[in-house]
Amino acid sequence: MKIHLPNSAFLGNIDPFFNSIDIDDSSSLEITFNEKWVSVHPIVLCMISALWFSTKNKSNLKIQTLETKSKNYFERIGLFKILGYDSCINIVEHDPSGRFIPITIVKNSDELNNFIKDMIPLLHQEPEQVNPIKYVISELVRNVFEHSKSNSGAIISAQYYKKSNTIRIGVVDNGIGIKEAISKSYYIESDIDAIKMALTPGITGTTTNIGGTEFNAGAGLFFIKSIAKVNRDFFVMYSGDAMYKLLRTPAKNKKIILYSDPFNDKCSKKENLPYWQGTAVGIDICLDRHQAFDQLLDLIKKSYRKNRNEQKKKRFKKPRFI
Amino acid sequence: MKEIEIFPKTGNFAENKDVARELRITEIIPALEKHQVVILDFSEVDSATQSFIHALISDIIRKEGYEIIDRLNFKNCNDTIKKIITIVTDYMQEEEPTV
Repeated sequence: MKIHLPNSAFLGNIDPFFNSIDIDDSSSLEITFNEKWVSVHPIVLCMISALWFSTKNKSNLKIQTLETKSKNYFERIGLFKILGYDSCINIVEHDPSGRFIPITIVKNSDELNNFIKDMIPLLHQEPEQVNPIKYVISELVRNVFEHSKSNSGAIISAQYYKKSNTIRIGVVDNGIGIKEAISKSYYIESDIDAIKMALTPGITGTTTNIGGTEFNAGAGLFFIKSIAKVNRDFFVMYSGDAMYKLLRTPAKNKKIILYSDPFNDKCSKKENLPYWQGTAVGIDICLDRHQAFDQLLDLIKKSYRKNRNEQKKKRFKKPRFI
Repeated sequence: MKEIEIFPKTGNFAENKDVARELRITEIIPALEKHQVVILDFSEVDSATQSFIHALISDIIRKEGYEIIDRLNFKNCNDTIKKIITIVTDYMQEEEPTV
């Protein structure tokens, strides 16, 4: 497998990066970098880690020698540590508070509890701002536990960007992917259709019952997409050969509408991408545009009810008059 | 009456669905079966996920019918938690009965 880190890969411009991943030969992993500068979203770093876990021959790791300052960043965020790669970089470890959450593997509930507790002081934010971040991470990681069947658990990283006052979060797994998870209960033809189903409220891979089971309501991803939409941020989901990207809602659109069909949102969809075995999710939360979590819940409440009813109506049987 | 404190089980962020299910099965359902009123005390809990609340109460509403909500009381909830609980109780009452 080969992965090249360009000088910039954030959710807004991440498509070329996804397209460039060479996943064909899992016996080795080769990582190259833009020679001048590399600045990437945490989802990218989590994806590299996931590829490493899928690499069959761990002695076949080839990393281009980095001469730029970016190598210090990769060292501190824990990329080289995950890869078991001795970067020969000796840097003074700064306190990461307020800047980033290093790449972390979370495999069970206890580890998730600890991760969330440890994460909060690192973010140095007010409780009102931390709530949606905790919420997003908890729901995404629990999805990995419950649906992905990943042996490696969930791979998480986050970074605070002072200039844009934004927290960018990546949660990645190399499990069965959304299509296989949803296919347990629904007939799905493509990865993009599976992503659409996963983002639709009331749909879960654990049952055909709209509204889910005692353990899954099929609402978690809808909530997360809604958090991004209400805050006018990016949300990206990549699984199999497909990617869904919620685009920023322009500020001129004063009224935010939460749709049950994610394709009705301002979004971009891609198919025929290199096949990602598992699921990669990225989300940005801009703290400037941060809407009070309570207000967001009001909006979700209104639209969730409407959307679930729409889903149910779609499945109503029509009387056959013969 | 049975009063159950959530904070000692979850900490200030109630997100662990396994804990929610355990509470439901070992504490809430047995109390309801004895025709007790159950009080779920969320004092010191700052936030909860919809998934947690769903795992905590949805199956009870689904199986017993929405009248059971009268015997489930929620105490010391902040606005966020009140809203998440309301989302879950609302959508559970809109479900078709399973029996």
